[in-house]
Amino acid sequence: MNKDDLTERFASILRRADRRARERRNEAIPTIYIVMSTCGLASGAAETKQAFEEALSDKDIGARIVPVGCLGHCYAEPLVVIDHPATGFPPICYHQVTVARARRLVRSYLEKGDPVFEYVLGALEENDLIPAVTDFARFNLEQRLVMEHCGRIDPDDIYQYIAAGGYSGLVKALCLEPEELIDEIETSGLRGRGGAGFPAGRKWRLASTAKADGKIIICNGDEGDPGAYMDRTILESNPHQLLEGLAICAYAVGADQAIVYVRAEYPLAVKTIKGAIKSAEGVALLGSTILGTTFSLNVSVFQGSGAFVCGEETALIQSIEGKRGMPQHRPPYPVEKGLWGRPTVVNNVKTLSSVPPIIKNGTEWFRGSGTETSPGTAIFSVVGNVKHPGLVEIAMGTSLRTLIFDVCGGIPNKKSFKAVQIGGPSGGCLPESFLDTPIDFDSLTQAGAMMGSGGMVVMDEDSCMVDVARYFIDFTQKESCGKCTFCRIGTRHLLNILDRITNGEGSEQDLELLGTLSEDIKLGSLCGLGETAPNPVLTSLRYFLDEYEAHIKENRCPAHKCRALTAFYIDLEKCARGCEVCVGCCPVEAIFTTRGRKKAIDQKLCVKCGECAVVCPPEYDAVLKVSPPELAPTLERTPDGK
Amino acid sequence: MLPTELRASLAEQIASVDHPRELLVDVMFAVQDHYGYLSDQAVEEVADLLGMTPLEVEELATFYTFVYRHRVGKYVIHVCDSVICWMDGHESLVEHLERKLEIKMGETTPDGLFTLLPVCCIGYCDRAPAILINKKVYGPLTPEKIDEILAKLQGEA
Repeated sequence: MNKDDLTERFASILRRADRRARERRNEAIPTIYIVMSTCGLASGAAETKQAFEEALSDKDIGARIVPVGCLGHCYAEPLVVIDHPATGFPPICYHQVTVARARRLVRSYLEKGDPVFEYVLGALEENDLIPAVTDFARFNLEQRLVMEHCGRIDPDDIYQYIAAGGYSGLVKALCLEPEELIDEIETSGLRGRGGAGFPAGRKWRLASTAKADGKIIICNGDEGDPGAYMDRTILESNPHQLLEGLAICAYAVGADQAIVYVRAEYPLAVKTIKGAIKSAEGVALLGSTILGTTFSLNVSVFQGSGAFVCGEETALIQSIEGKRGMPQHRPPYPVEKGLWGRPTVVNNVKTLSSVPPIIKNGTEWFRGSGTETSPGTAIFSVVGNVKHPGLVEIAMGTSLRTLIFDVCGGIPNKKSFKAVQIGGPSGGCLPESFLDTPIDFDSLTQAGAMMGSGGMVVMDEDSCMVDVARYFIDFTQKESCGKCTFCRIGTRHLLNILDRITNGEGSEQDLELLGTLSEDIKLGSLCGLGETAPNPVLTSLRYFLDEYEAHIKENRCPAHKCRALTAFYIDLEKCARGCEVCVGCCPVEAIFTTRGRKKAIDQKLCVKCGECAVVCPPEYDAVLKVSPPELAPTLERTPDGK
Repeated sequence: MLPTELRASLAEQIASVDHPRELLVDVMFAVQDHYGYLSDQAVEEVADLLGMTPLEVEELATFYTFVYRHRVGKYVIHVCDSVICWMDGHESLVEHLERKLEIKMGETTPDGLFTLLPVCCIGYCDRAPAILINKKVYGPLTPEKIDEILAKLQGEA
C-alpha cells in the first residue's frame, strides 16, 4: 500500500473540506444551527426552522440555516445555536426555541444585535459578555470523546465531519499493518459498549486469525433496552464517525463487507446512515479501493422490525439471514462462524464510534479518561425523574451521584431519590446507598446491576419497586423468543407472582419462590436475555425487601402506586363548596355531591385513574391518596346525590 | 395479486443478492405497503418470490411487531409500553385512547381508521409518554394532545 499516495488523496479531500468551512465563515453572515434529530423534531424543530426561514425572508436578512444533530440536552429542545460574528458575541446556544421565540430572535438579535438574554442557555465559548455553557455542571462534567461532534456538525454533510478532523483516523489506520492496529485497540483497553464489556481488541484478533474468506463486520444498532436511545442519537447526529470506525475495524480484521443493523423504529437514523454511506462512497472513503488502496468495504443497512431479542448477537445474525431472531448456542462464536457461516465481528454503535478518536489520538490519550479496567467514557441516556434528562457522556469511574445530581440536576418537584435502574431489563435497581458507586463495568456488575447498553432510569419516592420489577419482567416475558423453557415459562410465572403481590394477593412463600425461580431462570437460559431477566427482581428483593413485605403483610404500597392497594378520597376540610371540576373529569361518574355540597368518591365505582387528583385546583388540593385502601373514609351516597 | 411492476422490481432485487432470504423482511414490508397488511395470499406471494415455503415466511411474519398478519386501520397507533412511558402515565394514556376510539388494545375501529397496538421501547424516552402513528413519533402526550392528533387525522382521512 502506497502511503504517500494515500495521504495525498486524503489531503486533497481535506483541502476541499477546509475550503468549504472557510467559505462558510468568510461570508460573515449569521449562521443558525438548529437541532434536527428526532428529539428536536418531536419538540417542533421543523416548525422552528420554518419560522426562522419566514422571518428571515420577511426582514430580508441573509443568514444560513444549518440542521445539526443532537447535543444531548433533551430537556431544552428545540435547541438553536446562533453564530452572529458581526455583533462580536460568540456563538450562543438558545433553549426551547419555539416559533414565537424564533421570530423574536430574528427581530432582536439578527436584525438589531440584541441577543435576547432571557432565552440564552449559554455561550459556546468563554467570553466576558455572556455566561458560557461550560460554567454549568452539565457541560463541564461531561467528557465528550465519542459524541464530540454530535450537534456541532451537519450529519448529512461529510465535509463538515472531515473538516472537524474526521476520517483522519482511517487514513492513519490504513498506513499501519492490520496487526499493529489490533495491538493498538487491545492496548487502549476499549471494551464493548453493548453491555457485556468484552474487550474489543480481543474480539478483533479472534476474527482476524480465523482462516476464512469474506469476513463480515456488523454494527449492532438494534438498541432496544427500555430507556435507552444513545445509538439512535449517534446514528442521527454523527453517522460518519461510526462508518469510520467500521472501516478501521474491517481493515484490521480483513473484512470486505459490513452491515449496519438499525431498528425500523428509527426512520431518521436509517435515512441518515444510508445517506452517509452514499456520500462516503462518493469520495472513496468507503466502497471499492478506498483512497486508492487495495482495501474495499461494501457497507449496507439492515432494518430490524421490532424484536428486542435481536440485539443479542447470534439472534441478530439469524435475523439478517431472514430467520426468526432466536439466539443460538455459542461456541462457535460469531468471530469463527457468524453470518452465512463466515467469521463475523459484531460491535455496538458506541464501540465502533470510539475507535476513530483512539486511533487518531493514541491509546495513552484514551486511557487518560476512565479507570484502569474500564478506560474511556460511558454514554448514558438518563431519563425518568431527573431535572435535565438527556444524553450524557462521562468518564468511566464517575459516581452515580455526580451523574444524577450534578450533571442531570437531581430529582425534580422536591421529591427524594429512591432508586436508579441501570442496564435495562438485564440490569438492576440500586438504592441510595449505592450512589457513590463508580460507573464502570466491574463496579456495576458487583453491585448487582450492569453497564448494559446505557439506559439509566432514575426513580423518585413515588416509584414502587415491586411494580418496577413487575414492569421489567412483563417486558422480558413479552420479548422472550420462547426457545428456552425457563425463560419462556419461568418469566411468565415470575410475572404471575409479581402480579399477585401488586394486587395485594401475595403470600410470604412468594418471596422465597421469587428468589429460587429467578436463580433457575438464570441457569436454564441460553442467551443474555434469559440469563439476566431476573436481575430486576433479585436486586429489588435484595435492596427493597421491606417494600415487598409491606405489600404482602400490610396490604400497603409504600409508594402509593399499586392500584389495588391504594384509594383516593376527598378531604372534606379542604374541598371547596360548589367546585365541580373533579365531577366532570371522572370517567366512571364515581364522584358525587355530599349533603354539605362538597364532593366525595364512591369507592365501589372508583377505578383509581387519579384524574381527579390532577384537576383538583392546587389552592384546594383536596384529593388524597392512601394505602392501604381501608384508610380512606367511606361516605355513603345520599339518595339525591348524583 | 401484486401489480406486475412491483413484482418485477422485487424479483430484480432478489436476483441481485447472494442470499435471497436476507431480503425477506424488505419484501414483506413492500408487499405489506401494497396490501395494507400481510394477508394469507400475500404470504404465499412473498414465499413464491423468494423460493421459500409459506410456513417459513409465516415464521418471520409472526415474529416481528411491524408485520401485520391481520387487517389494520389506516393509522396504526403503537403505544409504547416501556418503563419511562409507563412511569409517565402509560396506563391512563391507554385508557384514554381506548375510551376515545371505543376499541381495546389490538382492535381496529369499525370505520377502518385506527388500530391500537402495544410496542416495546421505541427509544423516545425523552418524549415519554410516546406513541408511534404509522411509525411517526408523537410525545410527550397528554389526553388533550391525543384528542388534537386524533381529530387532525380524522379530518385528513
